[in-house]
Amino acid sequence: MKRIALLGMPNTGKSTLFNRLTGSSARVGNWPGVTVDLLMAKVLLGVDMVEIVDLPGIYNLHGFSEDERVARTFLEENPVDLLLVIANSTQLDRQLALILQLQALELPMVVALNMDDEARRLGIQVDTALLTRELKVPVLSISAKQGFGMGRMRQLLTDTLAQVGTAKSADLNRVFGDDDALEARLDQVFRSAVQMPLTATDRLTDRIDRVLLHPWFGLPLFFAAMLALFEAVYTLGAPLQEGVAWLLQTIKTEAVEAAVAEWHPMLQSFLLDGIFDGVGTVVSFLPIIVLFFLFMAIVEDSGYLSRAAFLMDAFMARLGLDGRAFVMQLMGFGCNVPALMGTRVMRSRGLRLLTMLIIPFSLCSARLQVFVFFISAVFDPWAAPLVLFSLYIMSFAAAFLTALLYRGRLANQDPLLLELPPYRFPTLPQMWLRGWREVAHFLREASGFILLGVVLVWALTHYPADVAPAGPETLAGQLAALFAPIFAPLGIDHLMTIALLFGFVAKEVVLGAMAVIYGAGEGELAGIVAGSTDWVQAYAFMLFVLIYTPCLSTVAVLKQESKSWRFTALAVAWPLALAWLLSFTFYQTARWLGF
Amino acid sequence: MNLSQLHSGETGTISALVGDPEIRARMQSIGLRVGREIAVIRRSRFGGPLQVRIGTTDLLIRPQQAMQVILA
Repeated sequence: MKRIALLGMPNTGKSTLFNRLTGSSARVGNWPGVTVDLLMAKVLLGVDMVEIVDLPGIYNLHGFSEDERVARTFLEENPVDLLLVIANSTQLDRQLALILQLQALELPMVVALNMDDEARRLGIQVDTALLTRELKVPVLSISAKQGFGMGRMRQLLTDTLAQVGTAKSADLNRVFGDDDALEARLDQVFRSAVQMPLTATDRLTDRIDRVLLHPWFGLPLFFAAMLALFEAVYTLGAPLQEGVAWLLQTIKTEAVEAAVAEWHPMLQSFLLDGIFDGVGTVVSFLPIIVLFFLFMAIVEDSGYLSRAAFLMDAFMARLGLDGRAFVMQLMGFGCNVPALMGTRVMRSRGLRLLTMLIIPFSLCSARLQVFVFFISAVFDPWAAPLVLFSLYIMSFAAAFLTALLYRGRLANQDPLLLELPPYRFPTLPQMWLRGWREVAHFLREASGFILLGVVLVWALTHYPADVAPAGPETLAGQLAALFAPIFAPLGIDHLMTIALLFGFVAKEVVLGAMAVIYGAGEGELAGIVAGSTDWVQAYAFMLFVLIYTPCLSTVAVLKQESKSWRFTALAVAWPLALAWLLSFTFYQTARWLGF
Repeated sequence: MNLSQLHSGETGTISALVGDPEIRARMQSIGLRVGREIAVIRRSRFGGPLQVRIGTTDLLIRPQQAMQVILA
């Protein structure tokens, strides 16, 4: 099968073109020498199936960024029949450089000049016929977003592929040539083929920026926008998640329980509380992931994410992060899982890992549920809002402390050189495709791990079979007894330790687990907790729950996104240590003060 | 004179890039090339990044990198 590699600089609409060409058939492929996810799809061009691979956006073939390394390795290790190079028509003054560099590889090439509509609006005229002659490769104008020129593009790809010889991998030694010669050639080609008006900037963007990046109103508007986004995702997401939960519960009680009623009780429990609940955990994340990425597509494709970097960078730079990290951190307050997946927009690995390390400290909606229960059970009504507020403060403090401690080790080598593209709005199909693809990715990469973890915790809390589930005699109970010396100094007793073990799977199940452990209904639980714990113990417990591993799904996604067990281990171990330390300090200090 | 010294609305011509070769290469590939005219559109508060414009491209650049862009 013939193979086309899609290449271009960032912000050229490369993904949009890829989506146009491939529809929803794309999947993540594995390639020799390349450790990051690359999308690929098989499409019908003419009468042949052709494979199209979407390489990361690069500025330069001999650059030092992660993306540039990936693109280089891919081209060296994998034979390709054709390079499809995409460039932004409005920025040919610098984008031609990449095209000229790629020409040195002597691979067959087709050049697509995207955003033809924008270029026209700005009064930029590109003579594609002249460019074709100058570059000696087919050049055509398209608008991937509007779908303009796509028919001609497919035809051109088909025709060019029909003429190419055997596929070959690239010899990158050819590229390390003379940069000055390249620049001279760039200027000559650009001047002959492109006509630019004197001022070619997007007036509307300038006007919007004057408001959104205003020295005084910029930040408040940014926080308002984040709040609106947050509200939108979770007011729409919560009922959806509840709907899914209700559906799963109904299936469980109406169909599955009846089907396995005759089976051995242990097997029944394994299927219902192990496998079925494990699958349920995975499924319950799907609506929120789709919604998150629908809105993320807007924030990202509109160009607002770079504006957030402009507004927040002065502060975040001190933490070794940038403004985009702050956006992801805020999104983590809804749910850590999609926020972690969202860090993919950061192209520097150090920056991305550091951001992924701090997101799990964001007090997500599942943890909020536990806190609201404990606070209302143990604290006076007047103190309740203050207690909850202090937990939000702790959430930020833990994140910023972690960033400060690890910014040296996960250093961000890339200088912040971000493009501020003009404001654009993504099309609905683009948004849906994005949400759908992320869900598919999550299912493929994380579901096995989550299921395994749920089954493991089920085994711990249900073995041996002849004692009460989750009781002190089970493996979990014995484990809790073993950990007693660790948790006793935090004021966390034996039974609560078992609840923490459940909390490792998901914070949503902590309250349910406690009901089982105490042998009470969820209604009576508040009274029992209030009777057995004082406020110091309760707060120490909440501190621990806030900071330690948020859930198994988060761990699965940390692994999925970092592709490193070492990093995943750090991202689990460090919060555990910090949770213990803070909880210990709080509990002992409070007791020492006489509370 | 370097880029970080320009006020909002001021323009200069890039005469040299100095400092770490890796960062220089990166700046060059994103469009900061010798001979090009560069304008500072706005500066963010608290010593944050500058918004600059070269041709049709707008970029964010931190002050410490802007100091490596020497203007004629």
